[in-house]
Amino acid sequence: MIEVINLHKSFGDNHVLKGITTSFKRGDTSMIIGSSGSGKTVFLKCLLGLFEPDQGDICYDGKHYSKMTLKEKRNLRKEIGMVFQSGALFDSESIENNIMFPLKMFTNQSKEEMLDRVNFVLNRVNLENINQRYPAEISGGMQKRVAIARAIVMNPKYLFCDEPNSGLDPKTAIVIDNLIQEITDEYQMITIINSHDMNSVMEIGEKIIFLKDGLKTWEGSHLNIFKTDNEAVTDFVYSSNLFKKVREVYNKE
Amino acid sequence: MKYLKNIGKYFIMLGQVFRKPEKGSIFRENLFKEIDELGVKSLGIVAFISFFVGGVVAIQTALNVDNPWIPKYLIGFATKRSIILEFAPTFMAVILAGKVGSYITSSLGSMRVTEQIDALEVMGVNALNHLVLPKIFATVMFYPFIVLLAMFLGIFGGWVSGFATGLFSSDDFIIGIRQDFRPYFIFYSLVKTMVFAFVIATVPSFYGFYVKGGSLEVGQASTKAVVWTSVVIIVLNYFLTQMLLT
Repeated sequence: MIEVINLHKSFGDNHVLKGITTSFKRGDTSMIIGSSGSGKTVFLKCLLGLFEPDQGDICYDGKHYSKMTLKEKRNLRKEIGMVFQSGALFDSESIENNIMFPLKMFTNQSKEEMLDRVNFVLNRVNLENINQRYPAEISGGMQKRVAIARAIVMNPKYLFCDEPNSGLDPKTAIVIDNLIQEITDEYQMITIINSHDMNSVMEIGEKIIFLKDGLKTWEGSHLNIFKTDNEAVTDFVYSSNLFKKVREVYNKE
Repeated sequence: MKYLKNIGKYFIMLGQVFRKPEKGSIFRENLFKEIDELGVKSLGIVAFISFFVGGVVAIQTALNVDNPWIPKYLIGFATKRSIILEFAPTFMAVILAGKVGSYITSSLGSMRVTEQIDALEVMGVNALNHLVLPKIFATVMFYPFIVLLAMFLGIFGGWVSGFATGLFSSDDFIIGIRQDFRPYFIFYSLVKTMVFAFVIATVPSFYGFYVKGGSLEVGQASTKAVVWTSVVIIVLNYFLTQMLLT
C-alpha cells in the first residue's frame, strides 16, 4: 500500500500541493484526475521521488520516504515502473535494447535470459517481431505498449502512468487502458494513473482522486463519480457534450 | 548572480558525474560509442582544416619574411611552432567546441524534453553519471590523438604549399621543422588539449542536461553552449600558456 500523508509542495511562491492525504491499495488501478494546473503531475512526481515534498510524507508498504537513505531511495526506484506521456523511449536504441536496458543495468542475467524476458513482456503487451525496430519506426500506440513492456520488465511493485492515452485514437486508448488493468491484476501492482481522459476514468478507475488547485476535493470510484454533487467534479466530468448527454440519459433512468 | 548560480550548479553536476558507474560493462559500451561519435566522426573535419590552415600559415609566413637577410628555413620553423603551440590544441578545440559541443547539448537537451532523462532517473539510474561520464572519458582520452594528427597534417599542409606556390623549397622547410625541436612543447600542447577536451564534454552537457522547454530552447541552449565553451577555452588557454610556458 502507498500512503500519502499531508503532502505539501511549493515552487517559490507557488504552493502547488496543499496537504494531500490519501492511500492506494495493491491490485487497484487508481486515477488522479483534474484540470490542467491542478497539481496532478507534481503529485505524481512526488510519488515517483523526482520531487522531494516540502512537508508530509509518503509510505511505500510501511517504509517512510522521508526516513529512507539515498541507497534505499534508489532501491525503491528499481521497484517502480513508469509509463511517460510521451513514452520516453530511448530513440537511439532498438525496441529490444529499450526494454532490456533495466535488466542490463540492474541484473546479472545472461543475454539469453534477458532476451527471453524481453520477448515475454513484448508478447504480454501483444507485440511481436519488432525487436530490431526503432521507436520512430512504430506507431504511437505501439510506442505506448513498448513503454508499458519496459515498465513491467523488472516486475515492479508500483506502476505509474502519466496520461498513457494522450495522442491515441479512442480504440487504441481503450486497448491501452485494458492492458494496464489486466497487468495490474496479474502482477498485483499498485497502479496510479494521471489522466484527464474521462473515458479512461470510466473504463478502469477503481479509485479516483480529484485534484483542484493542489487540494484533494473528491475521492471515489467510477461507479459513483456520476452521483456526486461535488460542484468541481461535476464541472470537470460534464465539460464534454458526450458526458452531458450521458447525464441526461442517466437522470431520465 | 545568475552566472555565479550556474557556475555552482556546474560543479554540483560534476559531483554527480564523477561517481562509480552502476555497471562497468554498460560504461564500456557507452565509452566506445562516444569515442566513435565524438572522436572518430570528427577526424574528417580536423584533417581537412589542419591541412589547409597549415598551408595558409606557411604561405603567410613566407610572404611576410620576404627579406634576403632572413633565412628561408624560418618559414618551416615558424609554421611548426605556431601549429604545435597554438593551432593544433586551441584552434582545433574551438572547432570541436562547435561541432561536438552542439551535438552534445542537442542530444542531451532532446533527451530532457522528451522525458528520456526522467525515465532514467525513475529507473534509479544516475543519469548524469550514465550519460556524461563516458563523454568526458572519450574526449579526454581521444582528443590528444586528434591533436597529434592535426599537428602532423598542419605541418604536412605547410610543406605541400611550398610545392604548390613555389615560395620556398622542400629542403628549407624540412630544415626549419627540424630546427630547435622541443618535446616539451608537444607535452604542453597535449596537456592543454586534455583540459579543453574536459571543457568540451562538460560545458555543453551542462547546458543540455538542464534545458527546460521544447525544441526552440534546445536550439538556444546549443548556441549558448558553443559560445560559453569557446569563451572558457580561450580564457583557460591564456592561463595555461602563462602557467606552462613562462
